[in-house]
Amino acid sequence: MINQIIDRRELAPAVTLLEVVAPRIQRRWKAGQFVIVRPTDHSERIPLTIMDSSPERQSISMVVQAVGKTTQETVALQCGEAFADLAGPLGEPATIPAGKRVVCLAGGVGVAELLPVARAYRDAGNQVIVLCGARSNEYRILDTELRAGAGPVHWATDDGSFGFHGNVVALLKTLAGPGAFDEGHVIGPIPMMKAAADATRDWHLKLYASLNPVMIDGTGMCGGCRVTVGDSVKFACVDGPEFDAHRVDFDELARRNGAYRTHERLALEHGNGCRIGLDVR
Amino acid sequence: MKPSPPRPKPDPKAPRQPLPLLDPALRHTPAEVALGFTGEQAKIEALRCLQCQKPTCIDACPLNIDIKRFILRMVDGDYAGAHEVISEQSPFPGVCGRVCQHELFCEEACIVGRRWDPVAIGALERFAADHARLRMQELVKGEPRKPTGPKVALVGSGPASLIAAYDLVRLNYRVTIFEALHRLGGVLAYGIPNFRLPREILHEEIARLQNLGVEFVTSFIVGKSATIEELFEEGYEAVFLGTGAGLPYLMEIPGENLAGVYTANEFLTRLNLMEAYRFPERPTPVHVGKRTVVVGGGNSAMDAARWARRLGSETTILYRRGRAELKARIEEIKHAEEEGVRFEFLAAPVALYGDPHGFVTAMECIRMELGEPDESGRRSPAPIPGSEYRIPAETVVAAIGQAPNPTLQRVTPQLHTRRGKIVIDEAGRTSMNLVFAGGDVVRGGSTVILAMKDGRAAAAAIHRALSPNGGNHDQPDH
Repeated sequence: MINQIIDRRELAPAVTLLEVVAPRIQRRWKAGQFVIVRPTDHSERIPLTIMDSSPERQSISMVVQAVGKTTQETVALQCGEAFADLAGPLGEPATIPAGKRVVCLAGGVGVAELLPVARAYRDAGNQVIVLCGARSNEYRILDTELRAGAGPVHWATDDGSFGFHGNVVALLKTLAGPGAFDEGHVIGPIPMMKAAADATRDWHLKLYASLNPVMIDGTGMCGGCRVTVGDSVKFACVDGPEFDAHRVDFDELARRNGAYRTHERLALEHGNGCRIGLDVR
Repeated sequence: MKPSPPRPKPDPKAPRQPLPLLDPALRHTPAEVALGFTGEQAKIEALRCLQCQKPTCIDACPLNIDIKRFILRMVDGDYAGAHEVISEQSPFPGVCGRVCQHELFCEEACIVGRRWDPVAIGALERFAADHARLRMQELVKGEPRKPTGPKVALVGSGPASLIAAYDLVRLNYRVTIFEALHRLGGVLAYGIPNFRLPREILHEEIARLQNLGVEFVTSFIVGKSATIEELFEEGYEAVFLGTGAGLPYLMEIPGENLAGVYTANEFLTRLNLMEAYRFPERPTPVHVGKRTVVVGGGNSAMDAARWARRLGSETTILYRRGRAELKARIEEIKHAEEEGVRFEFLAAPVALYGDPHGFVTAMECIRMELGEPDESGRRSPAPIPGSEYRIPAETVVAAIGQAPNPTLQRVTPQLHTRRGKIVIDEAGRTSMNLVFAGGDVVRGGSTVILAMKDGRAAAAAIHRALSPNGGNHDQPDH
């Protein structure tokens, strides 16, 4: 059945992998693209980056961190249940060069979003090194998959419980410097992507950031996902989601993504008040 | 039908009946503003029709609805019959009776209008539709029909595709409409507010197509979910592109990306499609602050401003030209004024200012003056140097037009476009074989009724292309 969840695994606390039957998307998607999901018929539309796919099961996988109402509704779905709506693949695929030295940086659930991009880099004949950040050891995800599919993986944890003690950008600075890489890709929380861009500004490195702004339709219709890149305004859903990290206005992106914080809390409270059970996991 | 008493004579001199409206004091909900004729009014208005020998209104109607005959049915009090007559050409009298610009088409051509006010054809169409809703519920009961002819794909579920679907399914084509969003109707669903077009009217008229055997696929983005070529590979023999004008223009002024600044598309989509007015009962929010400034002078500007008023915001429409140049329907302008929307003419936004959290707080404007008429005959506005001034605004909506959505065109380079718009010939054919297009993706920002006209023309062209002998694929009736 289309949109049906056929595998559901907790990768870390509040981080869930969902594998969904989606034959068309499975056939067409490329690394860096996303889908728009409405988990239930009364949910918002949210973008989720495609992490993986399986031709045998005609499925795609996404990793979801339950932070707001809609992501909670998403991970509340169990195997056998189906998304109300699933549309994609959306956005432009990641830019994948060949024969370059590439560094991949990811933080939090961004590690899952990075996986297909890092694999695509490796498959295209690039030399790939992966740096991942997590809050602590128990939040580390997909280490095996990254090692098998992309290249060596280095971890940084905020509490030092595994690998480097500190954030992933600090780890990058201890491991490498200007000239060490030709290209890079960063996916994660906005402050982390901004720090990565700032740290590598004079590294002669082409750094791409994969952005995740507020979106409604995901097809260029609403303009809610607009971001400033250099001198121009881009729609992340159709022009991105990948942009030159050194030219993205991350401060503006952070403000825009925070614009509905009060609403999100209200929605969550409303949901918790009248739909018992949605917030238990 | 029950035997009717002798028909009274036409009475064009009777005053054109005014459409009853919801009291402006009660317009703080999404409830429909135009209430529709009373039975008495419908009778008087129907009798105003002269039943002309050569009815000019029918030719003026982009869908060629047999206006003369449906009005005659109404004179007889046979509203279901009137609905049936309209249905010969259009299954959307509930939609068109509300949103079509009758004043530019049938009513403009109405002979009565030469001496008196034209017959209120739009309001009569709506009356017929509203009184046929029970009949409609009967019409859509039972199993959907199963057409057996060639497969045709219609891209986008807006007005152009909807009317094309109606025409094609009645010729026994197997029609599939692909919609990118999760709800059907295109601009009718995301663009037009509930208070102009109640959702249930739209849903009922679309349900009728479903019952006729039209298949609808939502969350399917042609160009992304599948290419046009793949649709042909999957057995579709013709493709119609009715993807609309979904790409909003930006103001391109400093501060445009502050929170609280919306394109009309986003603002209206949040409210119309995602029902943000019901937040948090519905999950999608919208920022409507104490004061809202809507930039623009078209119908979308009126729609956005009227929504903002309903959400309790002091609302101003800022337009760079004068009142006479407003592009919105006069009716919408009037309703906006009744609801307390303030108009500021001959002024344009220059910059937006925000608070430290990135929320918009003020708009800097500049006074404009109208210069000489340009090639199009419109007087073009020019800023008056040094006339800048600031107004407070916690919500800003840019309703300054939209261009065709480029999603499909980007992955289909063989599709000829001009300034983003798909180029077609007089038969609605694009540069790709058996691919047709119409509506806003061809016209840029236009109207529902012209999109329907294009959809009808494309359906005829598709039928000609797929059935050179003009057959109807072995289905006798509809």
